[in-house]
Amino acid sequence: MAEHQGLLPSEQPIQLLDESGTPVDDTDLRMPDSQRLLEAYTSLVIGRRVNDQASALVRQGRLAVYPSSHGQEACQTGAALALADGDWLFPTYRDTAAVIARGVDPVEVLTLLKGDWHAGYDPYAHNVAPQATPLATQLLHGVGVAHAARLRGEDTVVMALCGDGATSEGDFHEALNFAAVFKAPVVFFVQNNEYAISVPLAKQSAAPSLAHKGVGYGVNGERVDGNDAAAVLAVLARAVEAARSGEGPQLVEAHTYRMQAHTNADDASRYRSEDEVDPWVARDPLLRMETYLKKKRVLTKARQAEITEKAEQVAAHMREGVNRDIEPDGAELFRHVFAEPTPQLTEQAAFLADELSREGN
Amino acid sequence: MATEKLSMAQALNRALRDSLAEDPSVYVFGEDVGPLGGVFRITDGLTAEFGEDRCFDTPLAESGIVGMAVGMAMNGMRPVVEMQFDAFAYPAFEQIASHVAKTRNRTRGKVGLPMVIRVPFAGGIGGVEHHCDSSEAYYAHTPGLKVVTPATPEDAYYLLREAIASPDPVVFMEPKKLYWAKEEVDFDRPVPGIGKAVVRREGTDATLIAYGPSVSTALEAAEAAAQEGRSLQVVDVRSVVPFDDETVCAAVRSTGRAVVVAEASGYASVASEIVARVTERCFHSLAAPVRRVTGFDIPFPPPKLERFQLPGVDRILDAVDDLQWEDQ
Repeated sequence: MAEHQGLLPSEQPIQLLDESGTPVDDTDLRMPDSQRLLEAYTSLVIGRRVNDQASALVRQGRLAVYPSSHGQEACQTGAALALADGDWLFPTYRDTAAVIARGVDPVEVLTLLKGDWHAGYDPYAHNVAPQATPLATQLLHGVGVAHAARLRGEDTVVMALCGDGATSEGDFHEALNFAAVFKAPVVFFVQNNEYAISVPLAKQSAAPSLAHKGVGYGVNGERVDGNDAAAVLAVLARAVEAARSGEGPQLVEAHTYRMQAHTNADDASRYRSEDEVDPWVARDPLLRMETYLKKKRVLTKARQAEITEKAEQVAAHMREGVNRDIEPDGAELFRHVFAEPTPQLTEQAAFLADELSREGN
Repeated sequence: MATEKLSMAQALNRALRDSLAEDPSVYVFGEDVGPLGGVFRITDGLTAEFGEDRCFDTPLAESGIVGMAVGMAMNGMRPVVEMQFDAFAYPAFEQIASHVAKTRNRTRGKVGLPMVIRVPFAGGIGGVEHHCDSSEAYYAHTPGLKVVTPATPEDAYYLLREAIASPDPVVFMEPKKLYWAKEEVDFDRPVPGIGKAVVRREGTDATLIAYGPSVSTALEAAEAAAQEGRSLQVVDVRSVVPFDDETVCAAVRSTGRAVVVAEASGYASVASEIVARVTERCFHSLAAPVRRVTGFDIPFPPPKLERFQLPGVDRILDAVDDLQWEDQ
């Protein structure tokens, strides 16, 4: 029984920095070193810039839609920075900032929302799976990648992301159960941003917390303040190391908040009030880290200017790439269905080519 | 060892064993496939021979099985998973339709999924509800999946070997009612591969087009017709996706009449697709509309009523009789 007690998450989400950016020391977790925090801060600033630039590109009609992680950048940054190069990240549609933090070209990432193709990047280039639109399905793929690696004796860890809504899906349950049974080195990282489109957490789950769900599978659960980048980084780093050292899968729930609507196509005023949103403005993850690093004199004015400049360069690259029109090639539609097109697909490709040639295209 | 008399179940077991032995990236898993050897014993002895890593039992969750296989295939392996029965595969449908079928396409060819989903399917064994569905149309209608079904032990061996070696995901549908009958398997002569149909019986008056569990029924019908002086050709489709238009249409043109035989309900079925394809391509060679003998559009019946549903020799011969012979 004592062993099972160990699976339960902490009563309160772990914090290393409180809302005012002051260190909290009621945890056994150590504050990441200044260099690491500066790296995290840089990533936070870029993540925020990526989110806001992508939302602007939606308003300008250049992207079909953008599910923003504005306000959740500490989670995005932490998920990417906690991994080693050979590890894998399994992101969802809201995790664009995490994918970019992992090193994938933002313009390639936005191919999906620009509409030029589906996944626009090579998953093997940075070990980042395609962003998953179906909920929780990718968690099982993460288990499979981790299990394959373990069978080959590799020390790969998989970071599999999902939101609070996805924890209601059957595949969430199956993924945690399979991972636990096979001791697959997976960190399941749930960003609980309180909303699944319009449905609040209270209507999603009656569990004491989402991290408590781990105990039912024999999986370690942990809770972290998702707007505290230092804590997210430290908690995820510990979970990654536990998974890597053979302790099996880990479940981490980050408590955060979706500051904006589900996407630009959503109207959040229909289901939540500004009064609810307001307190979260003060909990902003960037502000908190900035205050702390300035107090520690790690973040100088010159350094901050450098970081801002870096973020602006990323935004400029996004604008340039997303504003560039690519002529779609109808023939490509038939190219990636099978390794070799079937006779039927070859026939259909010829049909389309003929149709286009008669249209004078 | 040129030939050996094997049941389809034994031939499938041999194919899995040979693939496991030849390719270290092949992994076999599913429900009860370990020490038990699967409820149909298709994986009999594989855990003992290759160890618990290579052939293993999973928790009882089909979406989990297929989803995990997707990840393993992404990471350099060739998983072969068993869905215990046709209707038990439905919980895995989202994984199959949204990921197994689409991953190569979503990633613009960067990530292929070389994996096999084995599905024992169809009726004829007196199974209770949820054990006898003919579910091939769901898979055949999903672009990105190859769908194969053997009708002989020899085809079972070679098609499964080829499915495992395929760079694309294959739904491998095993006709349960043919698991136990033994036939000679020639190990020195590979059969035509995935995508090829085969003429099982030559004939000159009309062509029966069948696949999987219906092939043996069609052959029985052809034998009965021969005794009545009518020569029926039998084509075994073997590969539902990709479909071998060339072989099927050449056969139909040679006789000018055709009946498609399939167990699945006829509406919006693989049989309807075959009728449409044959009619579009062979219209001027046809002496009569192409007929279908399929299951009725009803949920699969209880064991004591399944004989009303399954296409039988008489129903096939009645359809043949209906092919406007008076025009001759």
